[in-house]
Amino acid sequence: MDSALIPEGVKRCPFPQFLTGLAVVGAVLAWGVFAMLLCWLKGLNQTNMNDSYGFALWIWADLAVIALGGGAFFSGFLKYIVGKDELKNIINFAVLIGFICYSSALLILAIDIGQPLRGWHIFWHANVHSMLTEVAFCLSCYFGVLTIEYIPLILENRQIDKIPFFHNLSHNMHEVMAVFAATGAFLSCFHQGSLGGVAGVLFGRPFAYREGLLVWPWTFFLFTWSAAAYGPCFTIFLTKLLEKITGKKLVKDNVIDLLAKISGWMICTYIIAKIIDTWYWASVTVHTRGQTLMDFYDDNLLYGLWILVAEIVVGGIFPALILLTKKGRSSESLLWTAVILACLGVCINRWVMVLQVMAVPVLPFEDWALYYPSWQEVATTILPVAYGVILVMISYRYLPIFPQERELNPVES
Amino acid sequence: MTQEHRKEKKYGMVIDLDKCTGCGACMVACMAENNVPFKKDETDKLKSITWIRVYKLTNGKPYPNEEICYLPRPCMHCEGHNGHSPCVTVCPAIATDYDRETGIVSQIPTRCFGCRYCMGACPYHARYFNWWDPVWPEGMEKSLSPNVSVRMRGVVEKCTFCFHRYQLASEKAALDGRRELKEEEYQTSCTQACPAGAITFGDLLNKEHAVYHLKKDHRAFRLLERLGTNPKVYYLSSREWVRRSGDNYHPDEKTGEIISHH
Amino acid sequence: MFPFISFEWMWDMGHIVFMGGLWYAVSILGIGMTYCIIKAALDTQKGDDGGHHH
Repeated sequence: MDSALIPEGVKRCPFPQFLTGLAVVGAVLAWGVFAMLLCWLKGLNQTNMNDSYGFALWIWADLAVIALGGGAFFSGFLKYIVGKDELKNIINFAVLIGFICYSSALLILAIDIGQPLRGWHIFWHANVHSMLTEVAFCLSCYFGVLTIEYIPLILENRQIDKIPFFHNLSHNMHEVMAVFAATGAFLSCFHQGSLGGVAGVLFGRPFAYREGLLVWPWTFFLFTWSAAAYGPCFTIFLTKLLEKITGKKLVKDNVIDLLAKISGWMICTYIIAKIIDTWYWASVTVHTRGQTLMDFYDDNLLYGLWILVAEIVVGGIFPALILLTKKGRSSESLLWTAVILACLGVCINRWVMVLQVMAVPVLPFEDWALYYPSWQEVATTILPVAYGVILVMISYRYLPIFPQERELNPVES
Repeated sequence: MTQEHRKEKKYGMVIDLDKCTGCGACMVACMAENNVPFKKDETDKLKSITWIRVYKLTNGKPYPNEEICYLPRPCMHCEGHNGHSPCVTVCPAIATDYDRETGIVSQIPTRCFGCRYCMGACPYHARYFNWWDPVWPEGMEKSLSPNVSVRMRGVVEKCTFCFHRYQLASEKAALDGRRELKEEEYQTSCTQACPAGAITFGDLLNKEHAVYHLKKDHRAFRLLERLGTNPKVYYLSSREWVRRSGDNYHPDEKTGEIISHH
Repeated sequence: MFPFISFEWMWDMGHIVFMGGLWYAVSILGIGMTYCIIKAALDTQKGDDGGHHH
C-alpha cells in the first residue's frame, strides 16, 4: 500500500501490521498528551512536586534523555572531526535518537515550567550568569543543529528525492555537514556541561556543590564527559534492540565494535574522574562545611550508600571493563549487559544530581524529604518515549537510516 | 533622583530566640500584609506558602531534660559573596535580584516563569511556589492590601522584608525633603506584630539602629554560615544547643567557630 | 538577549562572551542553511541534479 515510499531494496512489514503498531504506541502517546494538557490547563498542582521538591521526575528525565542522546553529538564529533569514517553507518540513527531526545527534553521543559506562556523570558530577559540560561540557549540551538542533520535524511525518502530541489538541497547539506556537526559539538558540549553546572553551582546545597575551573564547577566537565561516554552505549543499545525487533542485522559488527571500544575508554576515564571528584568532594568540600559523606546517605530506602555503588561500580566500572576487552565487545550477551548497565549508570547519576540534592536536609533541624511522582508526571515522562518509538517506526520504514541494511539483508526480487 | 546619593544600606533582622514563644503572630501578620494565599486544606505543609515560618527545635533529649526552641525563619536575604546570593545568581530570567542599595533580595512575580531553580538553590526553604491560583474566601478580596500585588499560579514568591513599606516610607521622606529613613519609619510587618518583641529590624550598617549592636551580641549566630550564604538575619540564643542547631558541625568542632569559604 | 534592544543588555564580559558565543553559533547555522538553500535553488535552475551523494 505504501510501497512507493519504502526505500528500494529493503523489506518492511505489511502496512496493516505497521498501522496496528502505530495505534498501540499512539494510545500511550494520547495518554501522555492528556496528562500534558492537564498540567498546562490546571497547572503544576497536578504533580506531586512540592516546595522541597521543586525539581523532580521531569528534570531527571530531561537530564537523562540529554545524556543518553549524547551519542548524536559524540559520534558526529568522531565522524566529522576525528575522521572515524566507519561511523557513517550508524550516524543517521544516532542523529535520529539525538533528535528525539532533544525534542523530548524541550517538551518536558515546556511542561515543567509554572507559566509556560512566559517561557520566552528565559531568552528575552536572559541572565547570562545562570546555568539554566545556558541550558536553554544551547538546548534550543543544538536542537536546531539536530534538525538540520535530520532534514537530509527525510529528503532522501524515495519520493521526496525525486524532486530536483530537495535532491540538490540534501546534497548540499551533506557537503557542509561537517560545519554543522562541529557547531553542534560545540553547542552540545556547553549544553551537557551547563546541565551539570545547574547542580554544581548550588553552593547552598553541599550535596550538589562542586568547586571548579573559572565559572564552571567540576560537574560541568563531568556531565559533558559522561554524555560523550554513555551516549554511544544508548545508540548501540537501541540499534541492537531494533535489530532484535526487526529480526535483521542493520549495522556491521566492526562499526558497533569501534563505537563500543571508544565508549569503553570514555567511560573508563570518566569513572576515574568521577571517583576522584567524589573523593575530593567528600573529604574536602563537604568536610569544610561541617558534614561527612554519610550525612548524605541515609538508611531510607532510596538514598542508601547502595546508590553510590550502583552508579560508580555497577553502572560505571563494570561496563567500562566489559567494553574495554575484545572478548566483552564480541560476546553478544556481555555487550548487551554492558550497554544496559551503562545506560542505567548514567541515569542514576542524573537522578542523584537532581532528586537526591532535593532530598538531603541542609538545615540540621530538618529531615529528609521524600517524594513520589503523580500519574500525570509519569504519563508525561512516558509521552516522549512513545513519541520516540513512533518517530523511529516511521523513520525506519520510510527513510534510509541504515546504509548497510541492503547489503546485510539482500532481498530476492 | 535623590536615591542615587543615598548611603548604602543593609537591612537585616535580629531575632531573639530567648524571647520567641512560638505564637505565630509573625506568620499571621506576614500573610495579611503581603496577600499571601492559602487553601481550605493546608495539611500538606510542603505546599503551604509561609514567607516566615516558625520551626520547632528540640534538643533531642528525653522528657525531663527535653528543651524546645521556636525559630522564625523569614527569607535570609543572603548577600553571599559580593551580592551573589544562592538564588539570585541562578535565576535564568533575572526575576529575582539583589538590591545593592538596601541589601534586599527582591522577587518579580510577573517576570518569573516558574522554573523553580531558585527554590532548589535556597538551603533555607524560604522560597515558595504557587501551585494553585489564589482563591480568597468571599468578601476577603476587599481586605487585601492594595500595596502588594497578588501572585498568580506558577510563580515563585518569598519574603521581601515588606519592601513596599520601604517604598512608601521613602516616598514620604522625600516629600519631607529627607533622603534617609529613620529606624522606626521602615519596619516589617512581622517585627511589629511580635508580642514578645523578639524581632528587631533595621539597617545592619547604621550605628543608630538597634540591629547594628544586637548582631554583635555574644549570643548571635546565623543559619548555615559555613555554606557562604552570608545571610542578613541573625539569631540570638543563650542556649548552646540552639546555636549549634544553626549550622552543621563535626563532633570535635566548637559551636560558632566558622571557617568562611567566600 | 539583543544588544541595543533588550534593556537588560550590558557591555560586560558575561554578556559579550556568552551572547557572543551564542550569536556566533547561530550565525554559522543560519549562513550555512541559507547557502545550502540558495545553492540548491540555483542548481535546480541550471538543471543540475547534484550528482550522487552519501
